[in-house]
Amino acid sequence: MTTTLQPPDIGAKADPVAADAIAALVNNAPVPSPTLLKTFNAMMAREFRVLGRNAVSTFIRSVMQPLLFVFVFAYVFPKIGGGIMVGGAGAAARGGVNFATVLVPGLMGSMFLMQGMFGTTMPLVMEFSWQRTIEDRALAPVPIRVLGIQKICAGAIQAFIGALIVLPVTYFVHAAGQGPHIHVSDWLVFVLVMIGASTLTAAMGLLLGTAMDPRKMQMVFAVVLMPMTMLGCVYYPWSALHAIRWLQILVLLNPMVYMSEGLRAALTPSTGYMPIWAVMLALFGGTLIFGFLGLRTFRNRVIN
Amino acid sequence: MTASTSGTVTEQAPDISGDAASAAIRTEGLRKTYKSSRGDVEAVRGIDLNVPQGEFFGLLGPNGAGKSTTIGMLTTLVAPTGGRAWVAGHDVEKDTVAVKRRIGVVTQNNTLDMQLTVSENLQFRSRFFGLTAKVARERADQLIDAFGLGDRRNAMADKLSGGQARRLLIARALVHRPDVLFLDEPTAGLDPQTRVNLWDILKVLHGSGQTVLLTTHYMEEAEALCDRVAVIDHGKVLAFGTQQQLKEDAGADSIVTVRLDAAIPSDFAERAHISALPGVTRVEADGDQLRVFSREPEGLLGQLVSTATAEGLHIRDASEQKPSLETVFLTLTGREYRE
Repeated sequence: MTTTLQPPDIGAKADPVAADAIAALVNNAPVPSPTLLKTFNAMMAREFRVLGRNAVSTFIRSVMQPLLFVFVFAYVFPKIGGGIMVGGAGAAARGGVNFATVLVPGLMGSMFLMQGMFGTTMPLVMEFSWQRTIEDRALAPVPIRVLGIQKICAGAIQAFIGALIVLPVTYFVHAAGQGPHIHVSDWLVFVLVMIGASTLTAAMGLLLGTAMDPRKMQMVFAVVLMPMTMLGCVYYPWSALHAIRWLQILVLLNPMVYMSEGLRAALTPSTGYMPIWAVMLALFGGTLIFGFLGLRTFRNRVIN
Repeated sequence: MTASTSGTVTEQAPDISGDAASAAIRTEGLRKTYKSSRGDVEAVRGIDLNVPQGEFFGLLGPNGAGKSTTIGMLTTLVAPTGGRAWVAGHDVEKDTVAVKRRIGVVTQNNTLDMQLTVSENLQFRSRFFGLTAKVARERADQLIDAFGLGDRRNAMADKLSGGQARRLLIARALVHRPDVLFLDEPTAGLDPQTRVNLWDILKVLHGSGQTVLLTTHYMEEAEALCDRVAVIDHGKVLAFGTQQQLKEDAGADSIVTVRLDAAIPSDFAERAHISALPGVTRVEADGDQLRVFSREPEGLLGQLVSTATAEGLHIRDASEQKPSLETVFLTLTGREYRE
């Protein structure tokens, strides 16, 4: 049967050599000994290989937003005398705090959202649509929830790095005398907030990426990302909302608020901040709740 | 988090004994009903299979027969709604990790990791299964050479042709030395040459002792490759056995088909006493064609032609099909449709 056909250009006709090679692959293969940890690490290594391959585009994506923000708010506005912005924030922050100082924790918070949530959601949308490439990972010898936890970890690491990038950017880009006044006043709080915010946004990303219809992603940007950022105490400290009491209470539903405020507590305490216990409760409690919901929808999407 | 609590993947001992434990695949009344607001869809309606180790087993049926759902349940990606199944002695519902360790799966869709190269696809799969990075690299190189992908080693997976992608999918399913290899419609959408080429690879694999379960809607694929076949339609097994058994059991006779240029007269078969001819088991008239199933087809075709001509009927086309899985399937589904 095969002799009448020319072997196709793709090679691998079952000639004796190839046949022996394939037979050897079946019979002389190294015996695998998977463990949860090995598989988990291999999956993380895969994420970093992909991130590394897209390093340039990932970096540009991470840098552009904070760069433009600080350029406009800490360079352009002070230069053109943008009294509206500076005055408003200054009044809120009570006493000589420039706007860059108010902005840095908020920008970091919004980077968590961008990198953590969308860094987790977008690959998931790809993996679940089209050819369902998620099945490749789903066949790895670990429970499906471990795969979901791995997705959260990978997204959290991206969020962590993305938020840190804000610091050097804001440090270098500003008008004379308009640089932010930042120092880590409490390392423990800083590290805990960074971790809690990273895992929370990644867990939200897992839920969003598995529960949302990919065709409605545009809507998600408009309905989730925009309000969360604008009302996430990015441009003003939460205490300043005191003037609009109903809004101050309403924004407590927004996870972003706790990221921005937690970072204010750790980096720029002079701007005033929310109680630390509330921040920690929201970040880690939120991670658990969104993580639980996300892992459940993830499993339901993987297993039919 | 479970990852930190134990170093090894916990695993239950095989929970069945005797034949079932040594069987590569066994199912008992396996069933899958998809719930939906527009009514339930019974994709698989109670399937019993028993595939010993080392066998090349085929699930043959038309599109939508329930083959992919069955393979999905056996590979832990679809949750059964009834019955039980064991792969390599492990329950597919209760012990998914143990099952996943022992199976290699080539899904119908191209699930290659498009963000990785050909070589990385194999390396990372090996590492998922616990091989070290170094061993994984060596293993990837061997597989790439054996599967004739040497010149595409560093190509991104989304740049492969259909045949190359399919070969890489098979190679990837073999990295961890699976007890059972599942192939869901492995040659669907491939050109005939590439298909034959894949068949050769699969034959070699089977010859090396690999247990394989393959689904296909190509009769000739099942005939070319499989030791035993289950014919499946509408979520049920219609027949099960070696090709020879099926041909005998299903009464898969030769089928002689005569087509006229007009509708077959309703009483033609009766008047011509076709049913009384030696070896004839069944006669079907359907529009302009007459199908006669026979164990002794010698001379039958000529006899039909002369009878028809004597009746003044004009024959447009006449043919004889030797017993094959195709005639088995025709016999089986024909019977089902009449019931």
